[in-house]
Amino acid sequence: MEYIQQLFVQIFGSEWGVMLFLVAKNVSLIFAIVMPLLIGVAYLTYAERKIIAAMQVRVGPNRVTFFGISWLRGWGQPIADAVKAMMKEIVIPTGANKFLFILAPIITIAPALAAWAVVPFSAEMVLADINAGLLYILAMTSLGVYGVILAGWASNSKYAFLGAMRSAAQVVSYELAMGFALVCVLMMSQSLNLGDIVKGQQGDSLLSWYFIPLFPMFLVYVISGVAETNRAPFDVAEGESEIVAGFHVDYSGMAFTVFFLAEYANMILIATLTSLMFLGGWLPPLNFELLTMIPGFIWLLLKIAFVLFCFLWFRATFPRYRYDQIMRLGWKVFIPITLVWIFVLGGIMQLPESTLELFPLNIWF
Amino acid sequence: MIFQDIVFYFFATVLIVSALGVITARNPVYSALLLVLSFVTCAGLWLLLEAEFLAITLVLVYVGAVMVLFLFVVMMLDINLDQLREGFWKWFPFGALLALVLVAEMTMVLMNGQFSLDQIPSPPAQAADYSNTKELGRLIYTEYVYAFELAAVLLLVAMVSAIALALRQRTDKRSPDPSKQVAVRSEDRLRIVSMPTEKKE
Repeated sequence: MEYIQQLFVQIFGSEWGVMLFLVAKNVSLIFAIVMPLLIGVAYLTYAERKIIAAMQVRVGPNRVTFFGISWLRGWGQPIADAVKAMMKEIVIPTGANKFLFILAPIITIAPALAAWAVVPFSAEMVLADINAGLLYILAMTSLGVYGVILAGWASNSKYAFLGAMRSAAQVVSYELAMGFALVCVLMMSQSLNLGDIVKGQQGDSLLSWYFIPLFPMFLVYVISGVAETNRAPFDVAEGESEIVAGFHVDYSGMAFTVFFLAEYANMILIATLTSLMFLGGWLPPLNFELLTMIPGFIWLLLKIAFVLFCFLWFRATFPRYRYDQIMRLGWKVFIPITLVWIFVLGGIMQLPESTLELFPLNIWF
Repeated sequence: MIFQDIVFYFFATVLIVSALGVITARNPVYSALLLVLSFVTCAGLWLLLEAEFLAITLVLVYVGAVMVLFLFVVMMLDINLDQLREGFWKWFPFGALLALVLVAEMTMVLMNGQFSLDQIPSPPAQAADYSNTKELGRLIYTEYVYAFELAAVLLLVAMVSAIALALRQRTDKRSPDPSKQVAVRSEDRLRIVSMPTEKKE
């Protein structure tokens, strides 16, 4: 690293060299995050098809393989799907607003990838270690809905527009509950930095992770996360039985695939945030010699995989919500729960030290 | 010229162009989207000023929530541009007068030397672990707590009254009540009778 910086300084002069070195370093780090993420997205689609198939006693994709190796059957499916999507024509409807029609999928995937800038993968591994990490994440996830609205409007189709309206109302309502759940997390950790939030959960065992003292918030966050990513059982924005395919009904080829990628990237993001904020991030479940030897990154991956499995499990298990019930759940159930919990938590935090020590709660506060 | 200057001028240009676009674009959806763009670039400028909390809150509140609803409404309106432009020249003198008054007022405030560069020293640079959010929170909840609570109550009143104005109780609707639906017991609805099998003659 030092050597490369020296090289940049020699070529571009001391002022520009340092700046350009920082830009080049960050761009390569961004690639190092985004590339595995996109591969993860591709294989998440494969995992989804396989897991749901297993739950429904089917086989799932089992044909495409690499170089004819028989025990890799099915593993080539995401690659084949990607190639197929790239080969297909992108049809732009005549009545569509061409510029916004093309812009919409880009706006959908950009925040889904940008949010990863502040996600810590272990105690040291983080691209941007900023103070207001949690706020940044909230801001980025709230931008994703623009793509959906624009896609629905630019398609100039009633089905697409209905899907967009449903999605906009749903995402805005669940963002509130999500934000309030995160307020509880930051009250516990007294920091907006994601790395510090994980460090605040450090303890002897998994009992000190935030999902125990904040259990209702954990549930609210996961369910709002499912609603926020427009996944089943909250996928009324797509609602193929009512409005064909919702906001992306007019999209084809790679443009559709970008929406698809964004949905799965958002799923992975929500799973990562859940594991960072409630499930102890890179911390092992027990402070045990054998378990602490495993690198934190592996623990984080295991937790992400678990939450993602739950996401797929929900999709295979629950029927789709009715739209008015989605709204009722968001506004009349989740927001009151979170508001009450914020007050309770604030009250507990204000208790004098001696009372906290008497309480059984003192292992958490 | 250093790197930060380039970033500043880039953001400033985008901000001005997009803000002009908001009032000149013919399509109201474009106007709303350009407003989103100007909010985001404005947040970028605030980040350059090391006001990260305000910058991110701007994106979170205005871009993430307010403008989504704005766009939502604008997309559903059926706007006839010819009708909108009908009274343009009739109202032009009035608008021009308002603009003039605004410019005069701003000149009086900004040009009297109170805000000139030598009056306001540039703030000292903060250490890397300085938390903008904590400082703001401390100020809001200690020194300015009354003003803050007053603003909160004002917003709450506005919210409640908006809902009260728009609320319409209809008696002819038949919407399902989920709590009643959940409370249904099978004994109330379903009667199982045992019938003897009929014999074939």
